[in-house]
Amino acid sequence: MSEYIWLIPCFPAVGFLINGLLGKKLPKAVVSWVGCLSVFFSFVCSAVLFFELLRLAPEARIIEKDVFDWIVSGEFVTRVGFRIDPLSIVMCLVVSGVGFLIHVYSVGYMHDDPGYSRYFTYLNLFVFMMLILVTANNLLLMFVGWEGVGLCSYLLIGFWFEKDSASNAGKKAFIVNRIGDYGFLVGIFLLFVSLGTKGVWTLNFSELERNANLLSESLTALITLLFFIGATGKSAQIPLYVWLPDAMEGPTPVSALIHAATMVTAGVYMIARLNFLYSMAPEIMFIVALVGVLTAMFAASIGFAQYDIKRVLAYSTISQLGYMFVGVGVGAYAAGIFHLMTHAFFKALLFLGAGSVMHALAGELDMRKMGGLKKYLPTTHWTFLVACLAIAGIPGLSGFFSKDEILWKAFLFPHAGVLIYIIGLVTAGMTAFYMFRLLFNTFYGKERLDEEVKHHVHESPKVMTIPLIILAILSIVGGYVGIPHALGGGAHFEKFLEPVFRGVSQKADYHHSLVVEIGLMVLSVIVALIGIYVAYVYFLKKPDLSEKFVKKHEKLYKTVHNKYFVDEIYGFLFVDNLLRVGRFLKNVIDEAIIDGIVNGLGYFMRGLGGILRFLQSGYVQAYAFSMIVGAIVVVGYLLVKVIP
Amino acid sequence: MDVKFPVDELILIAPEIILCGFGLLLLLIEVFLKTKSKSFLGILTLVSAGSALVFVLKLSSFSTDLFFGLYSLDSLGSLTKGLILVMLILVVIMSLRYVEREEVISGEYYPLLLFSTLGMMIMVSSKNLLTIFVGLELMSLSIYILVGLFRDNLKAAEASLKYFLLGAFASAFLVYGIALLYGSTGSLDIKGYLEVIAKGDTSTVLIIGVALIAVGFAFKIALVPFHMWTPDVYEGAPTSITAFMAAGVKSAAFVTFLRVFYTAFLPLIKQWGDILWLLAVITMSYANLTALVQQNIKRMLAYSSIAHAGYILVAFVTGEKILSSSIIYYLVAYTFMNVGAFSCVILMGRKGEENLDIDSYAGLSARHPFVAFCLTIFLLSLTGVPPLAGFMAKFYVFSTAIKAGYVWLAIIGVLNSVVAAYYYLRVIMYMYFRDPVKEIGRIDLSPSYILVSLICIFFLIYTGILPRELMLLAEGAVSVFF
Repeated sequence: MSEYIWLIPCFPAVGFLINGLLGKKLPKAVVSWVGCLSVFFSFVCSAVLFFELLRLAPEARIIEKDVFDWIVSGEFVTRVGFRIDPLSIVMCLVVSGVGFLIHVYSVGYMHDDPGYSRYFTYLNLFVFMMLILVTANNLLLMFVGWEGVGLCSYLLIGFWFEKDSASNAGKKAFIVNRIGDYGFLVGIFLLFVSLGTKGVWTLNFSELERNANLLSESLTALITLLFFIGATGKSAQIPLYVWLPDAMEGPTPVSALIHAATMVTAGVYMIARLNFLYSMAPEIMFIVALVGVLTAMFAASIGFAQYDIKRVLAYSTISQLGYMFVGVGVGAYAAGIFHLMTHAFFKALLFLGAGSVMHALAGELDMRKMGGLKKYLPTTHWTFLVACLAIAGIPGLSGFFSKDEILWKAFLFPHAGVLIYIIGLVTAGMTAFYMFRLLFNTFYGKERLDEEVKHHVHESPKVMTIPLIILAILSIVGGYVGIPHALGGGAHFEKFLEPVFRGVSQKADYHHSLVVEIGLMVLSVIVALIGIYVAYVYFLKKPDLSEKFVKKHEKLYKTVHNKYFVDEIYGFLFVDNLLRVGRFLKNVIDEAIIDGIVNGLGYFMRGLGGILRFLQSGYVQAYAFSMIVGAIVVVGYLLVKVIP
Repeated sequence: MDVKFPVDELILIAPEIILCGFGLLLLLIEVFLKTKSKSFLGILTLVSAGSALVFVLKLSSFSTDLFFGLYSLDSLGSLTKGLILVMLILVVIMSLRYVEREEVISGEYYPLLLFSTLGMMIMVSSKNLLTIFVGLELMSLSIYILVGLFRDNLKAAEASLKYFLLGAFASAFLVYGIALLYGSTGSLDIKGYLEVIAKGDTSTVLIIGVALIAVGFAFKIALVPFHMWTPDVYEGAPTSITAFMAAGVKSAAFVTFLRVFYTAFLPLIKQWGDILWLLAVITMSYANLTALVQQNIKRMLAYSSIAHAGYILVAFVTGEKILSSSIIYYLVAYTFMNVGAFSCVILMGRKGEENLDIDSYAGLSARHPFVAFCLTIFLLSLTGVPPLAGFMAKFYVFSTAIKAGYVWLAIIGVLNSVVAAYYYLRVIMYMYFRDPVKEIGRIDLSPSYILVSLICIFFLIYTGILPRELMLLAEGAVSVFF
């Protein structure tokens, strides 16, 4: 099977081609089957490979296969090649597995959309690009996937492009991502050149890893910082997170797949992939962890004051991505990837649940017009509840294990680890609060539905609820692969990933105390429960309390509700000024000066031609005369030249 | 001295003998032919050209002087002969339908094509100026008649007469130049001049001879200011003959020009290099500027062919023997794009109504997408857009100039091809973005035109993407200069 690694991304590519070229002519059923099965086949391939990897000795679990030479230039060769190792196989399983469930869900969700085949075309293209990203064995091919998923994200955010807000959101996502991509690309260039001048022209990961010691400390710091800028764009961290909330304009399954479970985690994956570089730059790792934890808290606080359920989930995603960056930033790469995986389960579930609610309420997103949906949408309700418990970090569910793993590792981090831990802990409480605020407002309490909507509230069809149930199960059991030693588990997940992070994982030589670890766990559970209780009191028991609170602190509330006016500040600082420069360039430099010169030259040349044509009189004697003149010039010139 | 005719060398000029024999045979058959249709003659012409081509290919590995040095066989000659014969075949295929459509009554059409081709072949495979002159005159005289073959057409008659008068005038220059050279060196063989010049024995008479020969060739390849006949003749001639002239006469004359100047007069490059530099610049600039304002597509293509001669001259003036392969490459690519373009021009016309103004092409893409597509390919190749052969040709020529240190000439050449893009793209713009302005009637999509277009398109794309094979052939051809 390892010969056929390329099959993994190949299937969705075929699906993309079939649906893209023929989709309009095929019946809907065929489009759905092609779309779903192509991703399912990828999942099967990944699973087969996964079990094959398990059979190998841990050190042998890195398989590389080059498919063909891509760019050959002198000594430098870049191949299209794939690399399967524990890290990429985990990503493959998550992407194709969760991706498949979301594809199935989409069959029900998008059923009546006129752009049905276009939707599946984009979605398959996305899975293809994402699989390229995670299986590439060199930075250049990875960048292809990186840009490819960016493109799909743009296409799918703006899927309903006839809506202004959707197409604007697409543009915003694309442009903000470009800023990050710029950093990423410059980082690749810098890495390539600085290794190249040392005699190693390569972008292949394993060769990079072998030769990373050739890089100087300051260069490594700069390169990793540039890569991190790329990660903040794709993974929506401060300061480039602003595009993700707007990205909710896309269809909800898209938000689940791209803007929660997979694409936005690409930055985390990239840092984990380049762990050998980051481990050489501890200052940058600290920056990564700090940015991560600050983003986590900042985004969570915005989540307090949003009424749009998808926006709450979007800020929650940003916040959880922050946790993952804390994980990789403190050197606990395995913990970061672990949280990436569990988050993919419960966040996809939350989004799909939100989609199910929207489906039932004819597209309603405002939680103030919901409430009491529990009895109408039983399956959606209980799966949503599971996801909320998981994200809040209630013991026994997946989120608890992964989040605690990160917090514990942060606590052990030598550079301001305790500070990061405390912020992370507080954020965990905040997370529990805003998630249960969402849950209570939506499914419990008084019904605030519009009369009109109330008549046809209905549970979603099976094709949508079954993925919900599967994801709910995964959200519960997904954490059991990584139960820490402290709780008597085997930490299998960490061990499985070890070959990739060999030699760079955090050494457990800090005062590793079982009591402290368990104590911290209990602490975080208590914080989470407090968050849930507060939410319960404010939104279920005494709903007027929250209204009073809002009235009392109106200014603060408005600030948070308006996302601290970050969009407005960015608009004022960057967008307006750039537009001004652009208009100047267009109106003055381009249209007046450059076009003027070009058009002027054009008219001049044509005019010249118009004059010259009169030489062509049609009289044969004139032609002969011109020949004579020419002959005299030629002969005369040669004579002058020869006879001094 | 006992001179014995070398009979066994005759087999080495089999292609020439075949063309000559078939030409005479066709003249005879034509008299006895009962039907009005000339297709039979056309088929026979194809047969003769095809078999001559086979012999050229078979003989292409030979390199020897024949008939006491009056004639010769070498790689440069073989490649050019092959090119000319392929061009002839393409023109004859177009003519199969074209001659029928225009109801040409005179049966001399095909024999004259054969004789003219024979002249070109003689011209390109001789190192003796007298033989070259004979070949050139055979080619020219046949074409004078072909241009005026539509006797009822005033423009054709006028073109024929003009071409004849000016051609005779140019031949006088050429033959006078040959005479002066003979007078000063006592030789007609171009290798003989080299010996004299190498001795440093450059008399004024010899220089004047060189200059006059240059003038003679400049007329045939239509360099400014010896180009004045070109637009009138190209416009007046039957379009198939225009294609034949644009591709064949130009290639044959250029190759001969190259052979004479690169074999014999290369030591004098300092003298003639400058003046040809000037001619190249004037030719490119004048032709391109004038082409900008042409409304008639045949006249536009005429000016375009003058401009292309200018581009080729850019490589010519460098005097780099190895790099002169770019000239051969250019001529081959140029032949195919021109024949292709003219085949589309023929397609557009009907009997007595040629639809040559650019307005006829407006909105063509909607009504005849295939024709529009073909013409677009040819025009893009003429413009020099990758991946077509026209681009590689321009690339080789200009890079030759740069490698040889003629940076300014290359810059002027590139700027000129920017100007040229305007009038080529204008036609494409008319075809694709304009609404039709006039009714041009039904287009005769005969397989004979389509076949020619497709062959040319295939060739342009193939050699544009994989230029290496042709370039190696061209390099082999110019190896005769060493």
